[in-house]
Amino acid sequence: MLITEQKPMEEILSYLGGEEKVFIVGCKGCAEGCQTGGEQQAIGMEKELEAEGKTVTGICLVDFACNEQLTRMMFEAHESKIVDSDSLLVLCCGIGIQAVASVVDKVVHPGCNTVSLGGRHGEWRDGERCQECGQCVLEYTGGICPIARCAKQILHGPCGGSVGGKCEVSPDLPCGWQLIIDRLTRIGRLDRLTDVVPPKDWGVSLTGGPPTRPIKRQ
Amino acid sequence: MKAGTNLEKVLESKRFAVTAEVGPPKGAGTSGVLKKGEKLKEFTDAINVTDNQTAIVRMCSLAGCTLLKRVGVDPVLQMVVRDRNRIAIQSDILGAVALGIGNILCLSGDYQSFGNHPTAKGVYDLDSVQLINTLKKMRDERKFICGEAIAGELPLFIGAVENPFADPFEYRVFRLARKVKAGVDFIQTQAVFDVARFEKWMKLIKDHGLEEQVHILAGIIPVKSAGMARYMRDYVSGVTVPDEVVTRLEQATDVKEEGLKISLEIIEQIMEIPQVHGIHIMAVGWEEIVPVIVEQAGLLPRPEV
Ligand code: SF4
Ligand code: SF4
Repeated sequence: MLITEQKPMEEILSYLGGEEKVFIVGCKGCAEGCQTGGEQQAIGMEKELEAEGKTVTGICLVDFACNEQLTRMMFEAHESKIVDSDSLLVLCCGIGIQAVASVVDKVVHPGCNTVSLGGRHGEWRDGERCQECGQCVLEYTGGICPIARCAKQILHGPCGGSVGGKCEVSPDLPCGWQLIIDRLTRIGRLDRLTDVVPPKDWGVSLTGGPPTRPIKRQ
Repeated sequence: MKAGTNLEKVLESKRFAVTAEVGPPKGAGTSGVLKKGEKLKEFTDAINVTDNQTAIVRMCSLAGCTLLKRVGVDPVLQMVVRDRNRIAIQSDILGAVALGIGNILCLSGDYQSFGNHPTAKGVYDLDSVQLINTLKKMRDERKFICGEAIAGELPLFIGAVENPFADPFEYRVFRLARKVKAGVDFIQTQAVFDVARFEKWMKLIKDHGLEEQVHILAGIIPVKSAGMARYMRDYVSGVTVPDEVVTRLEQATDVKEEGLKISLEIIEQIMEIPQVHGIHIMAVGWEEIVPVIVEQAGLLPRPEV
């Protein structure tokens, strides 16, 4: 079970900024279990957004949004609505958000923070995509995670060691920041990378602070 | 003046600056750093002390800078985010200022796997842009990251590095703009061998209107053997050495003389770019060449400011 928490509404609204039309993606897997991205939460989010004057173009609930293939298939039925939207708001774990970003060339907003993968890595199994940092930054990085995919976990990349798309650490390792810039260039949103991002709260990450969910029965 | 260091004064008085670099020892002896400082001080405006460069443990930069001060050198304290969290960083900055150090150079640092403790835990609590911004906040607002007040002044001249030879090329200037926004005062670049690419990068800086906002010092690495050039070309991440440079060194009868000539040619071309405000000579292991380069490039005497 991948444990997520919904981001505060204020933060979500700040992401949506000047956008009008948004498409909501929920997940009937772990996010439904955590009550952060199931049907109820997706509908609740629709109401809240409409109350804020946004147009919700549609909702798609994927059985497991972290299954990239499945997400791609599920989106086919919604294609025109998605194309018609300014962005997608995704209510699930960091892996599901990245799966959505990888199938649509649109701005993808994270609606949740991933606080623990609970020992599993979702259904998109070919590598590390989320490191349970608890303060999801996919909003600024085009839906590609710099915490999991940059060796130095920097928030203003790429560092001076990025050459030819590879990370300085190994020629077998793609530079996460090159991927982020390629994607933001493709969706015309390089402007996401102009502000200075404040220091991250590592205290909420799985490995950065004290155990936040200690085991109750040994 | 932000810190009133010699380096800042030279740059602010619009004189072409010269900085060099000293690597502290793998031990606690003081004579190496002191000697290098003595030898280089007449030929430079400030000298960087590296911070566990290539992730190899050496005497700390703070101690090295303090030693340089003893012999009258204006030191530049290099600080990497690889080994310190925000608590250690801010505390070290207070210590540096207390010891009279005003120039701080902010870097990410070479990844720990390259060094002699590859199993170390990397810290990367802040990144280099956040480090710059932290120093600015400490200096201008007299506040720590958490918002609490700092007692007294914190005069700092904030530096950072940039690599015009890393990728993605077009994006690098946007990243530099972020560093400027974060509060950087001067930039020392990665070593320039490919002057054409460097010029292209400088042009982008101008097009982005950044030239007025930050001092750029071009990096120079004097090369004393063909082997060293080949090694840098093939193995040092982020350094681009054109084949032509390697060939010239391979065919030279006096390799060191040729290496010197190459550096001087690069400096000459760089000095023609009006937006470049100085050079930073990284002659690690060949410090004796620095006075020769500075003299032959016509950059003596160094200004009294
Ligand atoms: S930023 Fe990365 S590590 Fe953090 S929650 Fe999002 S996907 Fe996971
Ligand atoms: S090369 Fe890229 S992935 Fe590697 S540490 Fe630098 S920015 Fe991160």
